[in-house]
Amino acid sequence: MYAQMVKTEAKRVRSLDEMEPQERAFQERIDAGQKIEPKEWMPEDYRKTLIRQISQHAHSEIVGQLPEGNWITRAPTLERKAILLAKVQDEAGHGLYLYCAAETLGISRDQMYEQLHSGKAKYSSIFNYPTLSWADIGAIGWLVDGAAIMNQVPLQRCSYGPYARAMVRICKEESFHQRQGFDIMTVLCKGTPEQKAMAQDALDRWWWPSLMMFGPSDDASVHSAQSMAWNIKQDSNDELRQKFVDQTVPQAKFLGLTVPDPALAWNEAKGGHDFGEPDWTEFFAVIAGEGPCNRERLEARRKAWGDGAWFRDGLTAHASKQAARRQAAKLAAE
Amino acid sequence: MSSEWPLWEVFIRGQHGLNHRHVGSLHAPDAEMAILNARDVYTRRNEGVSIWVVRSSDIVASAPSDKGPLFDPANAKVYRHPTFFDVPDEVGHM
Ligand SMILES: [Fe+2]
Ligand SMILES: [Fe+2]
Repeated sequence: MYAQMVKTEAKRVRSLDEMEPQERAFQERIDAGQKIEPKEWMPEDYRKTLIRQISQHAHSEIVGQLPEGNWITRAPTLERKAILLAKVQDEAGHGLYLYCAAETLGISRDQMYEQLHSGKAKYSSIFNYPTLSWADIGAIGWLVDGAAIMNQVPLQRCSYGPYARAMVRICKEESFHQRQGFDIMTVLCKGTPEQKAMAQDALDRWWWPSLMMFGPSDDASVHSAQSMAWNIKQDSNDELRQKFVDQTVPQAKFLGLTVPDPALAWNEAKGGHDFGEPDWTEFFAVIAGEGPCNRERLEARRKAWGDGAWFRDGLTAHASKQAARRQAAKLAAE
Repeated sequence: MSSEWPLWEVFIRGQHGLNHRHVGSLHAPDAEMAILNARDVYTRRNEGVSIWVVRSSDIVASAPSDKGPLFDPANAKVYRHPTFFDVPDEVGHM
């Protein structure tokens, strides 16, 4: 997902009667569906895990602008260009909502940027793949934003107030993202044979990386169990992946496209699709920095941050000069 | 070198006649830029007709531990709610 394989410090999930009173009261509030707010007491591991999860999520939104930004100047029509610009601007907004939510847990914005730019912090594996044709912009909206929605909708109910509220804002904007992508695919699929082939090629390349977004199976993971106990994760990776496949396969059929998985078949007994296993070796390589675009993405982020430094400093200098002037005028008037 | 821009809390009036509501926060070098940034970050879809920004460091908040002393006393004063009083049916709407 946008935050993949978030680690906790947990060795195992402890029961209520193994907890000290303060932690037990905290867990009981979560079990009762209450929200935890910034200044309230929380276990150190809850705080740290949330910082990891929310900042990873924020970094993904920010880095996620890069593959799509690649096509803004080459969109096929002025309308498509305006739509894509609006979509990418939304992703910047998502990153900002999330960074602010993370900051309420006691990490600064600069610290998070530093973690991203130094390569210490992770972001979603999906954004390390290249956007080779216009059809990729369709595939990203349809599949990648579609996958993101699957996991962001339940997060609106998560236990940490600022994160849950950021998710509400984000979810309101995401369905526009998915629809504009599906619309691009629809138009291509109704177009010339070459356009349809472009759409198929994009699906072929984005299908498996999209399934990998949900992360490897975590049914046996203590981190996942702990995050679920804290209600900062609601569904297992396999559950979400299944939901995604079941939702997406009929859409591909509507487009007249073939999902590139020979193992894909409807399973009447389970009321869902059977499907093949993504290449997890590839996934771990991408996570470790060896994906097709990891270097390029980080380079672009560092460059944007570095190139903007004089501008940020200039605005800061202007702000303090104005403040000093106001102060002097006030003193003179007294 | 560069220091982080201060944090601002953003309040938006969604429609004429409603209160400003807290919607989130953002970083900006000064109040003017905070308003411009708030426009871009929080009102991309006509969510507002007016924006307030205030430095986060200027907000004074009650402490979570004061929740009891501050708010519990109100619990004992149920007569402040109209439903505390029975109005006989014959009296009609009151
Ligand atoms: Fe997003
Ligand atoms: Fe999106």
